[in-house]
Amino acid sequence: MLYSEKVMEHFTNPRNVGEIPDADGVGEVGNAKCGDIMKMYLKIDNGIVTDCKFKTFGCGAAIATSSAATEMIKGQPIETVMKLTNKAVIDSLDGLPAQKLHCSVLAEQAVKAALSDYYTKNGIDPAPILGEIGECAHCAQ
Amino acid sequence: MKQIYADNAATTFVTDEILGAMMPFLTGRFGNPSSIYRLGMDALRGVEHARKQCADAIGAKPNEIYFTSGGSEADNWAIKETARRLKNESGKNHIITTNFEHHAVLHTCQALEREGFDVTYLPVDERGLITAAQVEAALTDKTAIVSIMYANNEIGTLLPIAEIGEICRNRNNKVIFHTDAVQAVGNIHIDVKSQNIDMMSVSGHKIHAPKGIGFLYCKNGINLRNFIHGGGQERGKRAGTENTAGIAALGLAMEIATRDIQAKAEKVAKMRDRLISELSKIPASCVNGDLKNRLPGNVNLSFIGVEGESLLLNMDLKGISASSGSACTSGSLDPSHVLLALGLPHEIAHGSCRITINEYNTDEEIDIIIKEVPEIISKIRSMSPLWEDFVNGKDNAQRFFKWLSPIK
Ligand SMILES: Cc1ncc(COP(=O)(O)O)c(C=O)c1O
Repeated sequence: MLYSEKVMEHFTNPRNVGEIPDADGVGEVGNAKCGDIMKMYLKIDNGIVTDCKFKTFGCGAAIATSSAATEMIKGQPIETVMKLTNKAVIDSLDGLPAQKLHCSVLAEQAVKAALSDYYTKNGIDPAPILGEIGECAHCAQ
Repeated sequence: MKQIYADNAATTFVTDEILGAMMPFLTGRFGNPSSIYRLGMDALRGVEHARKQCADAIGAKPNEIYFTSGGSEADNWAIKETARRLKNESGKNHIITTNFEHHAVLHTCQALEREGFDVTYLPVDERGLITAAQVEAALTDKTAIVSIMYANNEIGTLLPIAEIGEICRNRNNKVIFHTDAVQAVGNIHIDVKSQNIDMMSVSGHKIHAPKGIGFLYCKNGINLRNFIHGGGQERGKRAGTENTAGIAALGLAMEIATRDIQAKAEKVAKMRDRLISELSKIPASCVNGDLKNRLPGNVNLSFIGVEGESLLLNMDLKGISASSGSACTSGSLDPSHVLLALGLPHEIAHGSCRITINEYNTDEEIDIIIKEVPEIISKIRSMSPLWEDFVNGKDNAQRFFKWLSPIK
């Protein structure tokens, strides 16, 4: 298996690791049985994701995709963050090995789960906005 | 940065001495051993010399050694062709093995199930052991072959081979006993006669010969059928122009690996025990596999809250090569079948780390591993939500306590 240099770089120096104690939205996806858990914390001011941190239990790709996703959404308006796709995460990392694609799905879902929590906390039903977040195909098996 | 190779169960480097023994067969002594002129005879002489070295190393006769492309071919050959022959000859359609064999044996048995064989996969216990009594209880009049590994490649446990061989031998209708000794050879003393072994697989690249060479030992008197058909090499039993350089390397490797084996094993076991006792001080960890019946060079631990692949990548960043049984490194969704066979929960199996050392490792390298691994574990745990839940007592963490040392 071959990781791109970008993946290794994010793995070696992951960005935005940690927790935000007063986060406006927190999302956790994956499960320990499959070997991947991602937890994403968002700070949201005036519709902008001003800060973002993550904690991940998982393989090199899981850590790299979490790190890349936080970089991609930090400073962005919610409307943009909402549209983050796993494909964009993969592209930002110069690709992922085939058996690691599910890690990028988890990163997308972690961000959406955190947004969902933000909406719920603000009394807004997230379902019509974010759609079904669903389980990663890998974990659902 | 110093590079520390601690994955000797995966493969080993070719030593200068062994490389020196194989070079002539790639250059001056390049002849085909089947050719009649002196160049051919000279190559044949090299092959037969190596055959004797292999035989002497395991207490066999030279005409009981058949060179193969490695351990996987030897396993496939022994099990498939013995099972098929005995089914034809006497309608026997039952195979006994364990649930923690190498895939070369497990997948071979699964393929035979599709051909109509019944396979009993004996379950290992929590320590990774089976007993001869388990084998005895599973034997039936239909049992053609029993295939049980000598030493496990992931957790290093040693199985009671001589006892199992005796049970097979004492059956009136004679059950063939095969053992995959790929991980055992060169680490513990093997004598096929006194240990009642009928067939045995060996691979060169685990003992400092190159990849792609191995042998099958098959006791005289057993009718060995071809697995690879073609030319008349290996007394007509295994076609293909001999890998003369690989064979020469394997012969010398077997001689060296079995020389002073006791002293070597003691030296390696000391380093192993130091690794195990120091690394098991890491909180919420466990040692996988029995501590007593164990290869001298095998260390296997799990750390909850840590995923194996990221542990290995971090170790690699510190110059240490090791391996893991996590799903991510097996290329499938599940962690290694060996760790699951012990009954380990997935969560713990994902966090496993296998360090396999041999006589080329040094005390200084062990010191470095002992220093680096705990730091890496702390770093990974500090960013692990699973560890956070575990420490906070969420996620009914109690279900793991049976396996793990205290969190502290
Ligand atoms: C126990 C065991 N059996 C069989 C094999 C396969 O040997 P080879 O790589 O020579 O085919 C290995 C090594 O990978 C092994 O550890």
